[in-house]
Amino acid sequence: MTATLPATGAPETPEGGPESRMWTARLRRAWVSKLPPDKLLPDRQPAYVASWIYVFGVLTIAAFLVVLASGLVLAFTGPAWYHTSSLGHFTNSTHFWSVQLFFVFMVIHLWGKFWMAAWRGRRWLTWLTGGLCFLASLATAFTGYLIQTNFDSQWISFEAKDGLNAVGIGAFFNVANLGQTLLIHACLLPLVVGVITVWHVLLVRRRGVVPPMEAVPPHGAVPVAVPAAVATSGEPTVTSEESGS
Amino acid sequence: MSARKAADPAAAEWTGPWRRYDIVKEGVVAIVVVAVLTLLLAMLFGSPDDKALTFKGWASSAKDDFYATTVSELAGTSDSAGYGPPYNNASDGLYVGPLRPQKWFGVTHPVDPATDFVITPLQSQEQPAAVAAALKTWLAASADQQTKWATALDDAIAKANGDLSKVGSGDFGPVPTLAQGLTNMAASGALDGVLLSQGKFYQTDYTKQILFLGDGSYLDDAATAAHLQGNTWGMMNETGSYPGQAWLWLYSFWYQLPKFNSSNPNDYLTNNADAVIFYIMAILSIGLLLLPFIPIIRSIPRWIPIHRLIWRDYYRSQRT
Repeated sequence: MTATLPATGAPETPEGGPESRMWTARLRRAWVSKLPPDKLLPDRQPAYVASWIYVFGVLTIAAFLVVLASGLVLAFTGPAWYHTSSLGHFTNSTHFWSVQLFFVFMVIHLWGKFWMAAWRGRRWLTWLTGGLCFLASLATAFTGYLIQTNFDSQWISFEAKDGLNAVGIGAFFNVANLGQTLLIHACLLPLVVGVITVWHVLLVRRRGVVPPMEAVPPHGAVPVAVPAAVATSGEPTVTSEESGS
Repeated sequence: MSARKAADPAAAEWTGPWRRYDIVKEGVVAIVVVAVLTLLLAMLFGSPDDKALTFKGWASSAKDDFYATTVSELAGTSDSAGYGPPYNNASDGLYVGPLRPQKWFGVTHPVDPATDFVITPLQSQEQPAAVAAALKTWLAASADQQTKWATALDDAIAKANGDLSKVGSGDFGPVPTLAQGLTNMAASGALDGVLLSQGKFYQTDYTKQILFLGDGSYLDDAATAAHLQGNTWGMMNETGSYPGQAWLWLYSFWYQLPKFNSSNPNDYLTNNADAVIFYIMAILSIGLLLLPFIPIIRSIPRWIPIHRLIWRDYYRSQRT
């Protein structure tokens, strides 16, 4: 049976109507209730979000994007291109250094979150996805080193096979199989890291940035919407009093 | 709000002061900064790319080592020949207590070093008459006889400390001719191509080349010269002066401990270090993921107040 819909516009799904039970409507409601637009893309943060340590999360994502971009060029040209082309070598160098930066930023971010005990306030899943992202990144980097098709990759595959064989992984993942490793590195693992990263960021947006330890909100303060003062005057800091509490 | 939520102030909606935070601008600036920094580093320092070793290079510059390794492949005394799963059934592989996954999963990438590294490559090319005759003799002999010949020469080379000029005479059968034939073939560059194609048109599996290359001391010596050995933090080193996989420092750390690095050939932990260290790292990785639930560890940030530095502005404002 086909319902007749208005020809134009995008009407709200009436609450309690048959459309409100549609999977699409349910998914939208669930999404908006957990992550309303002002949480998903906020234009303000609690005043305590004022430290350089907060920069390293976004720097990690930025480095990941540069890794992806340089890796995409290398994927189009094949694993041996950079040995014989100066442009190829430069592209490989950007991939190499963006990976180094990615890990530097990620490790600083991780340590920062540890010292902030950032899992407090039901944020343990945010921590766990961050840890998963780190481990998946290790696997991605490892497979990247294996597909360099140079002396380094010869040695790394020769050495690494023993650890993986010893625990049975070598039966399914052969470090000396360039075809297998290349596909895993270029197709599977970036997707895994990307999906976990998106999940992690959505959790950060949903739960908010962890407050300082022993933080005591001002007496009588209540959860607030975006303060008008921020939206109109553009003042950098708005007190709870100004926000109506 | 549930009672549990209310009991955890860190879970409550923040009701204190706020500040403007342009998250999109921050993201765009971060991408530009990282991209520029990456390009600068790439332009200034480039990246490591030491050429891959070849069998031609090995047989040309370390002829005796290549010859001796070939003999060890025929004798079944090389590392590959005695490796076990997933390459062959020569041993059970490493284990930790009752955990023997290397044995359980069995042979999934079969490698027969004598046949795959020596006999098949020799058969794939037209050989000088002497080598062709030696091949015929070898193939006509029983497995026992083949082993006797190859082991006799292997022992003689070991006795001469690898110096072929000091190897005495003995009943080596066709083995010296086969080993010399493969050495000549490798020095000409033909073996690289033969091992790569292995009778097929398409090929992306380098297992046999890597295993054969690792059986000699050529690859090992090159790794030592490049400071890549596992017992000298080589796991996190890179060729040249470039930064390596520094993120593997903890994995590499275990290999530096004498317990995993003993010279005693019967030491259990040293012999099974690859398995034991993998499990240690697996447990530590799970610990990292579940850190919020681990007593004591999760309290460390409270005891060592680095958070006071991170949120110094906030704590200062609380005092005033």
